[in-house]
Amino acid sequence: MTTAPEKTTAGQDRLVPGTPLLEVRDLHVEFKTRDGVAKAVNGVNYSVAAGETLAVLGESGSGKSVTAQTIMGILDMPPGRVTAGEILFRGQDMLKMSNEERRKIRGRKIAMIFQDALSSLNPVLSVGYQLGEMFRVHEGASRKEAKAKAIELMDRVRIPAAAQRVNDYPHQFSGGMRQRIMIAMALALEPDLIIADEPTTALDVTVQAQVMDLLAELQAEYHMGLILITHDLGVVADVADKIAVMYAGRIVETAPVHDLYARPAHPYTKGLLRSIPRLDQKGEELYAIKGLPPNLYKVPAGCAFNPRCDVATDLCRTEIPALHQVTDRDGAELAGRKSACHLWKETLHG
Amino acid sequence: MAEPILEVRDLVKHYPLTQGVLFKKQVGAVKAVDGVSFTLAKGETLGIVGESGCGKSTLAKVLMNLERATAGQVLYKGEDISRLSGAALKAVRRNIQMVFQDPYTSLNPRMTVGDIIGEPFEIHPEVAPKGDRRKAVQDLLDVVGLNPEYINRYPHQFSGGQRQRIGIARGLALKPEIIICDEPVSALDVSVQAQVINLLEQLQGEFELSYMFIAHDLSIVRHISDRVGVMYLGRMVEIGTDAEIYEHATHPYTQALLSAVPVPDPTGREGRERIILSGDIPSPANPPSGCRFRTRCWKAEERCATEVPLLAAPTLLTGDARHDSACHFAAEREVAAA
Amino acid sequence: MPDLIEKNVPAQGAAGSAEPKPEKPRSLGLDAWHDLRKRPVFIISAALIVLLVAFAIAPSLFTSVDPRAGDLQHHYLTKPNYLHFFQADWFGYDGQGRSIYARMIYGARASVVVGICVTAGVTVLGGLAGMAAGYYGGWVDTVISRVTDMFFGIPLLLGALVVLNAFTTRTVWSVVFALVALGWTQMTRVMRGSVITVKQSDFVTAARALGAGTGRIMFKHILPNAIAPVIVVATIALGGYIATEATLSFLGIGLQDPTISWGIDINSAQKVIRTAPFALFFPAGMLSVTVLAFIMLGDAVRDALDPKLR
Repeated sequence: MTTAPEKTTAGQDRLVPGTPLLEVRDLHVEFKTRDGVAKAVNGVNYSVAAGETLAVLGESGSGKSVTAQTIMGILDMPPGRVTAGEILFRGQDMLKMSNEERRKIRGRKIAMIFQDALSSLNPVLSVGYQLGEMFRVHEGASRKEAKAKAIELMDRVRIPAAAQRVNDYPHQFSGGMRQRIMIAMALALEPDLIIADEPTTALDVTVQAQVMDLLAELQAEYHMGLILITHDLGVVADVADKIAVMYAGRIVETAPVHDLYARPAHPYTKGLLRSIPRLDQKGEELYAIKGLPPNLYKVPAGCAFNPRCDVATDLCRTEIPALHQVTDRDGAELAGRKSACHLWKETLHG
Repeated sequence: MAEPILEVRDLVKHYPLTQGVLFKKQVGAVKAVDGVSFTLAKGETLGIVGESGCGKSTLAKVLMNLERATAGQVLYKGEDISRLSGAALKAVRRNIQMVFQDPYTSLNPRMTVGDIIGEPFEIHPEVAPKGDRRKAVQDLLDVVGLNPEYINRYPHQFSGGQRQRIGIARGLALKPEIIICDEPVSALDVSVQAQVINLLEQLQGEFELSYMFIAHDLSIVRHISDRVGVMYLGRMVEIGTDAEIYEHATHPYTQALLSAVPVPDPTGREGRERIILSGDIPSPANPPSGCRFRTRCWKAEERCATEVPLLAAPTLLTGDARHDSACHFAAEREVAAA
Repeated sequence: MPDLIEKNVPAQGAAGSAEPKPEKPRSLGLDAWHDLRKRPVFIISAALIVLLVAFAIAPSLFTSVDPRAGDLQHHYLTKPNYLHFFQADWFGYDGQGRSIYARMIYGARASVVVGICVTAGVTVLGGLAGMAAGYYGGWVDTVISRVTDMFFGIPLLLGALVVLNAFTTRTVWSVVFALVALGWTQMTRVMRGSVITVKQSDFVTAARALGAGTGRIMFKHILPNAIAPVIVVATIALGGYIATEATLSFLGIGLQDPTISWGIDINSAQKVIRTAPFALFFPAGMLSVTVLAFIMLGDAVRDALDPKLR
């Protein structure tokens, strides 16, 4: 982190840090395919406030991206289907809105950044045109105004020589620069919330660092909410405020970032942290979580993680654990900490 | 050090850039690998790290003879294998095998697992007599931790981690001495990566394998490697033991790379000083003169633009800092403090 | 429980003693077949094609009337008697007093033989050329691609007219020859593109790294993975070749009279279209249904083989 978040809200008084923005309640999503019904999201709850970064951590099949796509309303339906739940944006349930109302929120209030910037940009239109399009469509700006705003945006995401490069096409930019353009696009209408789905996975480490820093700086500037979806424990540790760990379509643990890394309260989180090699020390044999990632067509009974868990008991094989409030040894509640494990006490304190 | 099993000398791979449809004229070359030298000792793991476009995957292809080297030598037990073809090349292939990055595209979807792992025996019938092949394939499945009964299944019936095990079994079939692993775990889920890495380490002990482990993930490379080479834009910029590279890096690029790696430890994030490099990697078709890293380097001076720094141990440095580094101003710097 | 669909079976043999029985091996081809069997389009088109092939192999099973026997005195353009199922006058008589029903059945043979032989010919010839072009690249590709470009400049029908004019007596085989000679380039293009895509796959690189020879790489690794689009195009093209044969025969440059062809019948029926539209309707309808059946089959096969769905 290069700069500490400044709390000046000069000109940006729209968003007050801490204002609740989005709340996902008990969301269920499934896919009907010819192989059966895949239960991708099985009761997810999370919330994010202005100025806050929520990291949703999970592997393939954890439902992290499906949840995000459902929030954005860009999930393919069919085969996807929301079977239950609410998505409240500033208190209003987006799932009950008309398509027209949702379209107004999309891009303007909630924007998304994708992993693959090259395929998200139209190759036959110049970058400036694509950035300016947002203003022409949503704000009825003229061509000239749109272009000026496009240059301003490119400046804001620190693209060097923006005025000269505004007419270049996406393939003329490097991977890191393209991801900056995607970020500029997401920022264009100054949304309240940005959802970034694996924004740096396709980038090299040195470029990754640049892009994550940029996101953090912009967030400090605008106080928007940020949902960062990733599988990378390292990226999360660098930028997130709080973390929701997902497994087989459920949240298995939520915690403030420091607590999660220091003292995980779910065996899956604990296993993940132990299984990644460290840069700053040469370890012995790695701890490996046994077995395979969950099969969504056949989620195990009870806790979905039980076949891979070292401490699973008979209870874990029959009863789905609720998301318990985590307490310390004296029984005092730990703020923001929850764990969906029958044995969270043993995991946390043992 | 143990005797080198593989020695690479001044290896060069250029891809010509041509213009014109009918009468092609060479107008330049992409210098994917441009003068790389290193050795691999028996039973050792050499990690190669670098960002996309640094030439590490091309290096693997040239070592595997899947691409012809433009210049330089690849000595396997003293014999140059980079110019071999026909039966001589086929014989060498028995000793050098490869594990691929993408377990989804590296297995033929129309063949059963038995056929995939058994194919090396069909190509090299001298390795396993016909009657024993099925048994040999089942043994290999067992070695890589898969149920031998899965022999008649097709690749799409397996998950990513299991497929990578199948790819490893295929690489092991001919009992090679060297296995080149090109990003073998980067396509896998985090929880499965550790399983595959442990398997690779276990197999190394069991079969006395030498590994060349190519990856962009510095943490994994440190975990598995005895020595590590860092590549930038077709050149090796620094090479040494894992401690020399990770704790006493002297090349500015290595230092920047290490400082940029996100560490899964939020308490470290305030204390760590990061070097954020400006700009992008220049095009390998038109690399900078002199030191290739100079365009992004904070130490660059005039000398760097004119004089190519050699990969050698700086005489001024002592201890672990004294290892091969291609920088005129090689010096240690405190990075990645735990 | 054990019947539930399961893609990922628990990993290692060592993982547990109560491991479920390994599922049956499912090849991609088998999967496609299971999928195909459930598609109504496939069932309808396959049934039609089976019927058509039966007409071609054993026409005498469906009618005992000689399709060449004309009786102008009694039957000149007699109207159909729709209640006389499977009898000589079911669909009426044509301008030479021959049973239209019998000619409809017997005409299938020429169409099916031309369709299947031309398709087989272009697939083998064009497929091999396409594989060579895609696999070797370089000058081989340049030569083959230029030749295909030249052929693409020639309209199939016009080219066939010219080629067939060189024959004094034209049989089914001269039509097959003309259409194969002019049509193989279509398959070359499809196969070439498909081979180029597959050639870059990691599993082909892996086979090369094992020391596999050209033959093994081409026929064991590339061909099985590159053939799907060729099968689809070939199935659809089969209908097209049948239509082309009929067109040539209609124009009087394809098959000649003792051979029975829907095209010839359509030609002779058009002269009496005002007085006897039924004489035109049955051969023309049969032709349309046949062409449609193959196009539908091609569509169904494409959907079943589409890798995006799996």
